[in-house]
Amino acid sequence: MRNAFLDELVTLAETDERIMLLTGDLGFMVLEEFQQRFPDRFVNCGVGEQNMVGVATGLAEAGFVPFVYSIATFATLRPYEFIRNGPALHDLPVRVVGVGGGFDYGHNGVTHFALEDYAVMRTQPSIATIAPADAAQARAALRATTDLPGPVYFRISKRGDELPGLDGRFELGRLDVVREGQDVAILAIGSIAHEAVAAADLLAERGIDAAVGLVPSFNPSPIEDIAALLSRIPAALTVESHYRDGGLGSLVAETIAERGLDCRLLRAGVPHMPGGESGSQQFLEHRHGLSARHLAHQLEQALSPIA
Amino acid sequence: MDAGERARFAHAIRRTIVEQSYRANVGHIGSALSIADLVAVVVGKARLDGEADRDRIVLSKGHAALALYAALHLRGRLDSGMIDTYCNDGSLLGVHPEHDLDGIDFCTGSLGQGLSLGTGAALAAKRQGSARRVYVIMSDAELNEGSTWEAVMFAAQHRLDNLILLIDLNGQQALGYTHEVIDLGSVEDKLSSFGWSARAVPGHDQEALGDALERRVDEQPQAIVAQTTFGHGVSFMESEIKWHYLPLDEETYSTALAELDKRAAA
Repeated sequence: MRNAFLDELVTLAETDERIMLLTGDLGFMVLEEFQQRFPDRFVNCGVGEQNMVGVATGLAEAGFVPFVYSIATFATLRPYEFIRNGPALHDLPVRVVGVGGGFDYGHNGVTHFALEDYAVMRTQPSIATIAPADAAQARAALRATTDLPGPVYFRISKRGDELPGLDGRFELGRLDVVREGQDVAILAIGSIAHEAVAAADLLAERGIDAAVGLVPSFNPSPIEDIAALLSRIPAALTVESHYRDGGLGSLVAETIAERGLDCRLLRAGVPHMPGGESGSQQFLEHRHGLSARHLAHQLEQALSPIA
Repeated sequence: MDAGERARFAHAIRRTIVEQSYRANVGHIGSALSIADLVAVVVGKARLDGEADRDRIVLSKGHAALALYAALHLRGRLDSGMIDTYCNDGSLLGVHPEHDLDGIDFCTGSLGQGLSLGTGAALAAKRQGSARRVYVIMSDAELNEGSTWEAVMFAAQHRLDNLILLIDLNGQQALGYTHEVIDLGSVEDKLSSFGWSARAVPGHDQEALGDALERRVDEQPQAIVAQTTFGHGVSFMESEIKWHYLPLDEETYSTALAELDKRAAA
């Protein structure tokens, strides 16, 4: 997904001279083409994410659209107050690009797990927070947001293979139902949606008809769409490669509570600081209950007393 | 502005600071008085007109915004009467600068962020081939913030000679004197070793400050380490830690105004 996103950025930068790319000294084998094509619009800011966001704010005030690039934890948490007091407060078009959501950097250990980026970014009401599910959606999301006047956060995963049923669509703030179903709804954000779709397949084998809805963004969040779907389905499971609190599960819980919907909610996500264990993305997702098998099982268990 | 006009401008800024703090019953008076001359020189020199190519002023020590408001008010940049809403409910004029105001491009208030904003603004000017300059006014305590040094290194690396940093070296911070909290040593030497053109300038000598603003070294960002006195102009506030926070009462207000007027007349 990273390479597709950067490839699309290069295409956009050809005709949009406002676009600049700033990196916190990361992006080996990813950023070179932009750097070579647009040397005047590429800046390696060094390992200083706070200053990088501050510089981007100054650039944006003068009319540029700066993309600041780092690993998701370093792009969001280290400069968080600069993001808040900079592009969020001034409503400026800085694009924060965090690569490696959730357990993408699994072997690198806990410092590299992005498990709270949705929570902290969506708390800023003016930051459009976007997590594409596959490479084609990442391209579409980038194209769709070039002219947004305020800040955007992109969580860009490593995994980019096509999500079945998505066909590269992206509509900011709208729920995308990639699979219809009547019995339960699975709501997912980001590339972990692949596990949600696979879980729906497993449930189908057991006679459970699961809808899968993809949430592409917070701020705007697809609240109306979620409410419409869950008003006719008795149980829902949220799926995110993130802490269980603060992200999609919380958004859906807020929606169910505020709308008074009669829908039981289960939230898949990481419940606590994941300790010292590192490993592959797949291993860690499995460990934290985010694999298709776990998701299907969790829903099945929850449904059994209803049935 | 000639020397006389500049002196009258700075005096009017000080007077406005004292009047408005008293009316609003708020503190940060000493911090604002400390930069009155810096603000007078910068606002007197900067090109404030012209949408894209106006100079940018970043008041990194945002808690002294009243000094900048006073200068903008006196230059007719604020709506008439607006200065009298300082710290009123619903006013845009709070303790820290608000970018919705004409003449203020950046909100500040969290220390150590302003130099990065100014650095970005200076880089933008370079990339756009604009001759505009960027003035950043910073407190010495902001040198405690690591992010300040990130920006110091970045600005030197990118040879941002359109960036002018004015450090209000008054030697004190909220709870103590800087040499007791984090001793800064020689700030000029530190900045010079980071590749800046840095010089110490008497911070209440407007002629010296004005000259320093003109002496630009190509391909180096420029720092004016302004040796200032906290609370300058009001003797009972000068170098007194408590006047970081205290507001004026009727008696101290009268004394302060009388002193300012007496000094201006001298």
